[in-house]
Amino acid sequence: MTKSDVTRRGVLKTGAVAGAGVALPTIFTASSAAAYTNEPTGGSVTLGFNVPQTGPYAEEGNDELLAQQLAVEHLNGEGDGGCLNTFTSKALKGNGILGKKVEFVTGDTQTKSDAARASAKSMIEKDGAIMINGGSSSGVAVAVQGLCQEAGVIFMAGLTHANDTTGKDKKANGFRHFFNAYMSGAALAPVLAAEMGKERRAYHLTADYNWGWTQEESIVASTEAMGWETVNTVKTPLASTDFSSYIAPVLNSGADVLVLNHYGGNMVNSLTNAIQFGLLDKVVNNKDFKIVVPLYSELMAAGAGENIKGVLGSMNWNWQLQDEGTKAFVKSFGEKYGKPPSNSAQTCYAQVLLYADACERAGTFNPCGVVEALEGFEFDGLGNGPTLYRADDHQCFKDVLVVRGALNPTNAYDTLEIVEKTPVEQVTYAPDHPMFAGGDLGKCNPGA
Amino acid sequence: MFGLDKKDTSLLIVVALLTLLAPFILNPFPTDSGLAQFNAGYPDLMQRFIIFGIFAVGFNILFGLTGYLSFGHAAFLGVGSYSAVWMFKLLSYNILPAIALAVVVAGLFSLLIGYVSLRRSGIYFSILTLAFAQMSFALAYSVLSNPKFNLTNGETGLQVYNDDPQILQGANAPDLPHLFGLSMRSTYTMEVGPWAFDFNAGYYVCAVIMMIAFYLAIRIFRSPFGMMLRAVKSNQQRMNYTGLNTRPYTLAAFVISGMYAGLAGGLMAAMDPLAGAERMQWTASGEVVLMTILGGTGTLIGPVLGAGFIKYFENIFSKINDSVLHGWFAFLPDGLEDAVVTIIHPFVGKGWHLTLGILFMLVVIFLPGGLVEGGQRLAKWIRNRGKTEDKTSGKTEPAE
Amino acid sequence: MDSILLQILNGLDKGSAYALIALGLTLIFGTLGVVNFAHGALFMIGAFCAVSLQRLLNLSFETIDETQKDFLGNPLKVKTPYVEAWFGPDVGAWIIDWAVPLALLIAIPIMLAVGYIMERGLIKHFYKRPHADQILVTFGLAIVLQEIVKYFFGANPIQTPPPDALNGVANIGAALGMDIVYPVWRIVYFCFATLIIGGIFAFLQFTTFGMVVRAGMADRETVGLLGINIDRRFTIMFGIAAAVAGLAGVMYGPINPPNYHMGMDFLVLSFVVVVVGGMGSLPGAVLAGFLLGILESFASTTWATTTIPGINQIIIYLVAIIVLLTRPRGLMGRKGVMED
Repeated sequence: MTKSDVTRRGVLKTGAVAGAGVALPTIFTASSAAAYTNEPTGGSVTLGFNVPQTGPYAEEGNDELLAQQLAVEHLNGEGDGGCLNTFTSKALKGNGILGKKVEFVTGDTQTKSDAARASAKSMIEKDGAIMINGGSSSGVAVAVQGLCQEAGVIFMAGLTHANDTTGKDKKANGFRHFFNAYMSGAALAPVLAAEMGKERRAYHLTADYNWGWTQEESIVASTEAMGWETVNTVKTPLASTDFSSYIAPVLNSGADVLVLNHYGGNMVNSLTNAIQFGLLDKVVNNKDFKIVVPLYSELMAAGAGENIKGVLGSMNWNWQLQDEGTKAFVKSFGEKYGKPPSNSAQTCYAQVLLYADACERAGTFNPCGVVEALEGFEFDGLGNGPTLYRADDHQCFKDVLVVRGALNPTNAYDTLEIVEKTPVEQVTYAPDHPMFAGGDLGKCNPGA
Repeated sequence: MFGLDKKDTSLLIVVALLTLLAPFILNPFPTDSGLAQFNAGYPDLMQRFIIFGIFAVGFNILFGLTGYLSFGHAAFLGVGSYSAVWMFKLLSYNILPAIALAVVVAGLFSLLIGYVSLRRSGIYFSILTLAFAQMSFALAYSVLSNPKFNLTNGETGLQVYNDDPQILQGANAPDLPHLFGLSMRSTYTMEVGPWAFDFNAGYYVCAVIMMIAFYLAIRIFRSPFGMMLRAVKSNQQRMNYTGLNTRPYTLAAFVISGMYAGLAGGLMAAMDPLAGAERMQWTASGEVVLMTILGGTGTLIGPVLGAGFIKYFENIFSKINDSVLHGWFAFLPDGLEDAVVTIIHPFVGKGWHLTLGILFMLVVIFLPGGLVEGGQRLAKWIRNRGKTEDKTSGKTEPAE
Repeated sequence: MDSILLQILNGLDKGSAYALIALGLTLIFGTLGVVNFAHGALFMIGAFCAVSLQRLLNLSFETIDETQKDFLGNPLKVKTPYVEAWFGPDVGAWIIDWAVPLALLIAIPIMLAVGYIMERGLIKHFYKRPHADQILVTFGLAIVLQEIVKYFFGANPIQTPPPDALNGVANIGAALGMDIVYPVWRIVYFCFATLIIGGIFAFLQFTTFGMVVRAGMADRETVGLLGINIDRRFTIMFGIAAAVAGLAGVMYGPINPPNYHMGMDFLVLSFVVVVVGGMGSLPGAVLAGFLLGILESFASTTWATTTIPGINQIIIYLVAIIVLLTRPRGLMGRKGVMED
């Protein structure tokens, strides 16, 4: 028996006629003319945008959704075209994808693996979505990536920073535009050494789940490589809302740097608590105490308010970059929504364009064709500088930004300032690097 | 029939018809019409209706009959899911051993927790079960997923990898959960004019199991054992004074409902081979409590209705975004269209929680017996109007 | 030694929040017999009273400054708060700085009103309904309140900083010759919590009103038969319980920035606290709050987590299980309250 994850739209449009009457469960071998899952046969193609719309990351998901809607407009030739004008690949013409008008459906991941898979499945099974884009956590990204591999559609992860997404959980149908924990470590370490010296003693507070661990591992490895000492690494429960009992021991530990491997609400609270305890005013080992937040986002910066002043971290992208791609994107996003886009918004926007471009170049929506077109693809003009989608693990390689909480922000949006653009060579690693070992990309799955 | 009286038999038949014909009933709107947004007849959601229905029916055996309110039943569902995925990883993708182990492990786990928790009653019992479930969740989420001893794979969820042993997996067997070769994902789509109906193998496996589970629940409700449980609910002290030890009965009910939860968890993994820790969180336990109360505590069909109600809003309403709204109201003049969209906007898409919250309140305020009471009132109203032939009366058959 | 004292302080501080929420919750349990799942939402609304006041005080008019540019390169609009324009820059800045403590003043009437409306409009009709129905309706209400706040304030946390004078740290160990540095606002929070708890106990102990309420908690029907309108008093107690939760929320803002789901985060924990303390016992709730706070703090030390891995994740639930198994009605529970 063959797998046939055919949805109604695919069957309907290809005109596979089924007899009326009650069918028995045992004869479900629909032999369809579709060559792959959800082959679009009408005048339009449907993309699925799966982002958190409820729960703590709702704000981020909303930003991603806005960017994706903008990308659809640009693909369909509406608006000012955004990055279509700066993208080095000129396959996209503003007439949809392969001449088909782009439509989209949305779903709510709730930042839960189960809910995310349910909404992705609903988009695939009910709405005939041909690719799933977006998301705001590594757990969700890995879960949905697995689903898309099984179902035979393309998955472009949104914000996912754990090494595992393109490490031990990598899948042929999945791609990641975002950077990862290893890259954060590799990009941050030289800047940290330059700003804080090579003799520092670091204390890590780490969110006690997969992403936190991989980030801790990466940062510890790269800081120790340049001479830092790790005093202690402490795991904090995900459900923590108050970190006082974790911050207090830092005071007397002899550490002079605190690394917060937290994200979202956890990071906002732990940083707020650390500032409350006056850590930044302390002098330990004759050095000013410093705090590092390896993974930053604009929304976290907004949530942390004044507290992030001077705190170093890394980012995938920032709207203050001055290249043509960034300017074009910030302009059309800013004019439409009245605020600059966040780095997860940029990721999702770029991914939609990249997917569309890959379809155009491949001349088909078939996931296997798209995978082939994206593997080893090099481009520029989407805001991240020269970029490579590596074939070995479907990780994207590009410059990584080291940023700092601005000391004198002039408005609500320039709370972060770019310290350095770490060149891509410095953050590149071998596909079989131990932190990424153990996975199997498998073969692309077209579904039908 | 099957040792049931006439009323129960007709209830069982109605449930059987509803589940078997669900692909038609849940897809009332033509595929290309705007209202297709409200269609729920796609495999994933139909499976979820059934699975959560089983979960809630099982929960109701404990809560509806004995009155013991467990706030930790999601732990059993989670344990069931983990067991099932482990069977996929170690043996093969065949769902039978997976579901069997899920039920057994959940049964043992609930025996352990039930034995301890049932030493207390009322809110103290609730908090004990909550504490056990929250501990299981915390352990599954982080402690039991450390690289040295990775039982749950933490945040990411337990999945099957290509390098897993799968010692019984045949060379030709599907690379997805299957029942002796019948893939749970295989779907047959029937097209009738503008309509399309999905018949999914996984759904019908769930449906058959659900009918068995439902039949067993009826038997338990009507048995002397069920009577004993009801007696515990109405006055436990009196039972104790008559010299009867009620603990074995309540424990049996607890374990049975735990096994139902494990069955649901196993089925969930069988339909979608992934087990995540969030399934064990208190919010998940709370959800089944809400499903049961919303549908009608102590009724047979109520919990199933409640489960369907909540899952429907979660999956359908969360997907209605602004562009869908604009599509619906495009026929209105521009200004009016925007106004209508602005009014509806907070209640759909990212606002689906709000709608659900309001409906919880409305149902519990106006229908003290839950959705079942709503059905009964509707049926009565229809009967009073003399339209006994109406089709919907089948759906609203009083449960007891 | 220092670090132990520091963790006790942390525990007392966490415990303050638990105790305040649990106190209100147990007042509602004990007086009205209602399982109030919306209690966390009341805490959250309190915190957002502070956020709203802060927003209100920061309401500004704009003047265009041609010398500066915004992110799109247009002339920057400089904002001046109305408060500063009306009261002069100094007084205005002071008022904005003290937004959180000032929010207490507006939170009291708001929370009393919210509590009163909730009880009269909704909870009143559920006294005779099963606990299950109470759970459903209050949970629904909690979701609705939460979503309304989310609609207006977004899902991102919002900083509500303490006044500058109460920001920063104090060395409270100096007098003892030790070096115990602790954030001032957390000390303020602990003192505030003690004050409120003391106030509630004094109110129930030393006023006639409190005496009647206590009598009503013990035996509602008899008090009713004596011709006392106990319902009215219970309504007022509901308002007070709501106010306690709300004030706890207002003052909590500077410790951790409020977000719309902070109530849900505290909800389950505060139920555990109430039950561990024992149903119907106010001192039990307070005691359990502080006890669990301190134990939670100690469980998160490196010493504890290396001895028993993961203990910091489960400590509260573990303690709850041990307490409930060794003491059938929690620490100080009364017989027959919510036992069936």
